[in-house]
Amino acid sequence: MFDAAEVKRLAHLARIAVDDTTAANLGGELDTIMKMVDELKAAEVEGVEPMAHPLALSQRLRADAVTEAPERDLYQQNAPDTVAGVYRVPRVIDRS
Amino acid sequence: MKSLRELGAALAAGETTSVALTEEALTRIAGRDQALNSFITLAHDEAMAEARAADAAITRGEVGPLAGIPMAHKDLFCTTGVKSSAGSRMLDNFVAPHDATVVENLRRARAVMVGKTNMDEFAMGSSNETSFYGAVKNPWNTDCVPGGSSGGSAAAVAARLVPYATGTDTGGSIRQPAALAGITGLKPTYGRVSRYGIVAFASSLDQAGTLTVSAEDAAQVLRAMAGFDKRDSTSVDEPVPDYPALIEESVKGKRAGIPKEFLAEGVTPGVRDAFTRAAEELTKLGCEVEETTLPNLRYSVPVYYVVAPAEASSNLARYDGVRYGHRADNPANLEDLYLRSRGEGFGTEVKRRILIGTFVLSHGYFDAYYLRAQRVRQLIADDFREAFGKYDFLLGPTTPTAAFKIGEKTSDPVAMYLNDIFTIGVNLAGLPAVSVPMGFDGGLPVGLQIIGRAFDEGGILALAHQYQQATDWHRQTPPGVEA
Repeated sequence: MFDAAEVKRLAHLARIAVDDTTAANLGGELDTIMKMVDELKAAEVEGVEPMAHPLALSQRLRADAVTEAPERDLYQQNAPDTVAGVYRVPRVIDRS
Repeated sequence: MKSLRELGAALAAGETTSVALTEEALTRIAGRDQALNSFITLAHDEAMAEARAADAAITRGEVGPLAGIPMAHKDLFCTTGVKSSAGSRMLDNFVAPHDATVVENLRRARAVMVGKTNMDEFAMGSSNETSFYGAVKNPWNTDCVPGGSSGGSAAAVAARLVPYATGTDTGGSIRQPAALAGITGLKPTYGRVSRYGIVAFASSLDQAGTLTVSAEDAAQVLRAMAGFDKRDSTSVDEPVPDYPALIEESVKGKRAGIPKEFLAEGVTPGVRDAFTRAAEELTKLGCEVEETTLPNLRYSVPVYYVVAPAEASSNLARYDGVRYGHRADNPANLEDLYLRSRGEGFGTEVKRRILIGTFVLSHGYFDAYYLRAQRVRQLIADDFREAFGKYDFLLGPTTPTAAFKIGEKTSDPVAMYLNDIFTIGVNLAGLPAVSVPMGFDGGLPVGLQIIGRAFDEGGILALAHQYQQATDWHRQTPPGVEA
């Protein structure tokens, strides 16, 4: 059961702010969805390898060499707040 | 509307120009799209500049098959110079620093992009109702949804605003809206088309494809879109076949299976009848058609709603309000910045899926849900593998019903998820599939899904093309839309 407290715990893990009303609504919806997901319990999976990916491919590797030029200014055009080429965020460590 | 081949020939012969075609497309959009809401952003000036450049190239004799023909990209594809929102408030201000590989490939082919199409937020939805930019209307009946998540692309092509559009398909997001809007939708094999520069949803399932009037047009567009890309580590290094030539190859003697699970409860009588007639038509084309089974297919929706949200919760962790995207005002501290930027930037469906993903990956639940879902995914892929040992194609209706009313399923997420019950298995197994119009149910179009072996896009498009030579469902247009 996803009560409001459990929804808030998950939302905090995912770093998403939710108010009490939203948490209550989401709880009911998550219950319904996970009830549908619980159908998986009926599947016979003994000895079946987990499938993470549709293609039986080996990871392609490349030489450990520089391949891209720095494009910081281009990327930072989308940043909400930068100063002198770095991303600015609220103070993390208290002054006191 | 003319086929891409006819449009290309008219351009090459000097009977029309890219500027004229592009102006016509923009005029149609201006006249009709207020009622449909299929576009998020129009790129008027960019399109006209591209059209002029295409005309110059055509005059020089550089005439690729798509050169100078207007089209649209789903707003999940990154495009330099034009906003790429993914249908989300989170990216409402985002202009990508690079083009997606698909965008780059089509630019090289001198396709003219007139704009970016509406979509469910971060491609999470089956009705286009989760878009931050509002629902898209189905051109066949504007009270109905066009399907999703590539609903804007589907509606734009169905209303003949553009001859073709790109889409992406993670659990049915090309095929389901194509079926509901009465057009042709192709989801290629996982790895066939580069995912580079496509806003990521579920990386082991996402694949880009086409929304077109016909299978013949899909063959043209796929040929230009596909190909190896070293920037996508899951891109497959295989040559791109000449799809437009392959679709002419005979389908006589090919074997097609109809998994009985595709005609299970929930399929309306109208869809069932249309499918029966379509199967008969394929028999007339020389296919041997018989019933078969994919016994684990019934688990595909629950597997998907573990795997896709798990991957999404990880992929969407990048939206932190720091590097790009929405940022909350006056954050008290760094955690508050993350919490409120994501709380404000994401819509309800996206939050739901991130929370499910966070739950199934969390301590104590990983084995019970995520690992178990991956095992069942293997069973589903094995079912397909076994079936394709015997059959060249698998057939069924693309969706159990025709388009539903806007608002009809928004309060019940599971009812909404069940729209994709016939399409999701294909993504889990990584296979190619195409949806083609096969008739109507209650005046609304319904689709036939043709599934093929991995990398047999040529085969499924050949069957789809020859079906379309024998039928004219794909030539039908919504009320008030010129054929």
